[in-house]
Amino acid sequence: MTLNMGPQHPSTHGVLRVVLELDGETVVEARPIIGYLHTGMEKQAEYKTYTQSIPQTDRMDYLAPMSNNLALCLAAEKLLGIEAPARAQAIRVLLTELTRISAHCVWLGTHALDIGAMTVFFYCFREREKVLSIYEHVCGARMTASYIRVGGLAMDLPAGFLDRCQKFVDEMPKHVDEYEKLLTKNPIWLARTQGVAPLPAKEAIALGATGPVLRGSGVEWDLRKAQPYCDYDEYDFVVPVGKNGDAYDRYQVRVQELRQSTRIAGQAIRRIRDLGGEKGEYRLRDYKYVLPPKEEVKTSMEALIHHFKIVAHGFFPPVGEAYQAVEAPKGELGFYFVSDGTPRPWRMKVRSPSFVHLQALPAMIRGRLVADVITAIGSIDIVLGEVDR
Amino acid sequence: MSALAPERIEERLRVRFPDASIRRQTGDAVRDFTLYVPAERLVEIATFLRDDPELDFALLSWIAGVDYLPRDPRFEVVYGLLSLGRNARVHLKVTLEEQNPRVPSVTGVWPTADWHERETYDFYGIEFTGHPGLTRILLPEDWVGWPLRKDSPLGYEEVAFTHNTPGRLVPDPKLKKLAPKKVRYRAH
Repeated sequence: MTLNMGPQHPSTHGVLRVVLELDGETVVEARPIIGYLHTGMEKQAEYKTYTQSIPQTDRMDYLAPMSNNLALCLAAEKLLGIEAPARAQAIRVLLTELTRISAHCVWLGTHALDIGAMTVFFYCFREREKVLSIYEHVCGARMTASYIRVGGLAMDLPAGFLDRCQKFVDEMPKHVDEYEKLLTKNPIWLARTQGVAPLPAKEAIALGATGPVLRGSGVEWDLRKAQPYCDYDEYDFVVPVGKNGDAYDRYQVRVQELRQSTRIAGQAIRRIRDLGGEKGEYRLRDYKYVLPPKEEVKTSMEALIHHFKIVAHGFFPPVGEAYQAVEAPKGELGFYFVSDGTPRPWRMKVRSPSFVHLQALPAMIRGRLVADVITAIGSIDIVLGEVDR
Repeated sequence: MSALAPERIEERLRVRFPDASIRRQTGDAVRDFTLYVPAERLVEIATFLRDDPELDFALLSWIAGVDYLPRDPRFEVVYGLLSLGRNARVHLKVTLEEQNPRVPSVTGVWPTADWHERETYDFYGIEFTGHPGLTRILLPEDWVGWPLRKDSPLGYEEVAFTHNTPGRLVPDPKLKKLAPKKVRYRAH
């Protein structure tokens, strides 16, 4: 029997369609059909300056806007050969780790909801709401942040921001305990996730898996450790790794990542305080690439010219190309830029983790039950905005 | 985990494939180690990169097409490889002619290439020979053209006006103009 699941199915986490070939209740073959959310971001980017593409990235993995902003900006910075100041890097780390917490909260809540544990959803969304309020505090937008810019940040931190983050970081471990109390040893949860949707390490690598999916399969690979960016090598954290590569291990990895991200965020807050607190260097003072501060624009002729030039046509990168990846909540998110020396990229390629992971879905559910399809889709944590771009 | 020097990758390839023209991409702002390889030797080279214990490029991270119109050869396909064991990245590039751009598929080497190649086909019309099911993936099946080619316009939907839409219903001028509704305000 052929069963069509989606494109409007509550547990496909977006507009995903999976065509299932069934034999009774067993899945013989699965074929994900994607593209319903395709908006041609890569084509559009060729008609925009690098900075104008940043708001596009908010809409890719809309659960982790800051990580997407960061990936684009780091790739552009690599192309330009510039680096943001240390304080801006620490703020980036703080915000992307909070992003990871909120993205994992949404994942955990919806994953548990799919399987039938409703309470977790409300708990997780409570914490996610706090992160969204922190976003709103820092940049005015709850989801479409566009706060991280090439060469630094859009603006400096608002007053009271660090205390607010500190409060969240202090509270978070207690909340993770709550989630774990509801799930980790829950017999129904174990029955629904243990041994379900397995992906052995070798297969995971062959299918290009990264992030928590790869780590759940027992491969210790984290770009923050292996190829550090934003001074991640100076932070103290552990990379959680699973063993069997099933849905339960992926759950364990992500829950432990919630704890680790909280730790990193705490360290980032301390770093920001050491580097000047809520006022200080927040973007590079290289006005060929970065907007000068507004106060200077109002008083200095030269700053006004730089401001005008960058706003009017953007910065000019050298002829060349660069690929930079970050460890986004879902895995390796990378941007590949080809520049022809004009302010608009000749080519922008987005390497999105969800696109790659969704391809692994048939390998996970072949020969298993229909009910496990839901668990599998949940456990690989996809966002269709990023799959289709 | 010992890091792998990119020059070592090139050296290994030259020793293994002495007759293939392998060329390193040069340029001040080429920020990643990139090698041009001949399209007809791609699968061999890819298999070697994956299986050689010293290189260990077991993970194919991404594939991208690039259109360099009006340059000749016009297209390039870029393969972003990642070695987890040796913590290294390398980009492989093949150049393709404008007429019948085709390149052997690497799905046999890295199964993850399946969707990446379909995406590149979808956007550029580059044919990957030996691919198990080369169909459109993100665009609708009946889409005409290759949208990421440089000679394909960004595209937009034209707004329908009476002058560009024959047969569009034109309101009868004899009809009375709709008068704005009178609103009476009450004092509270």
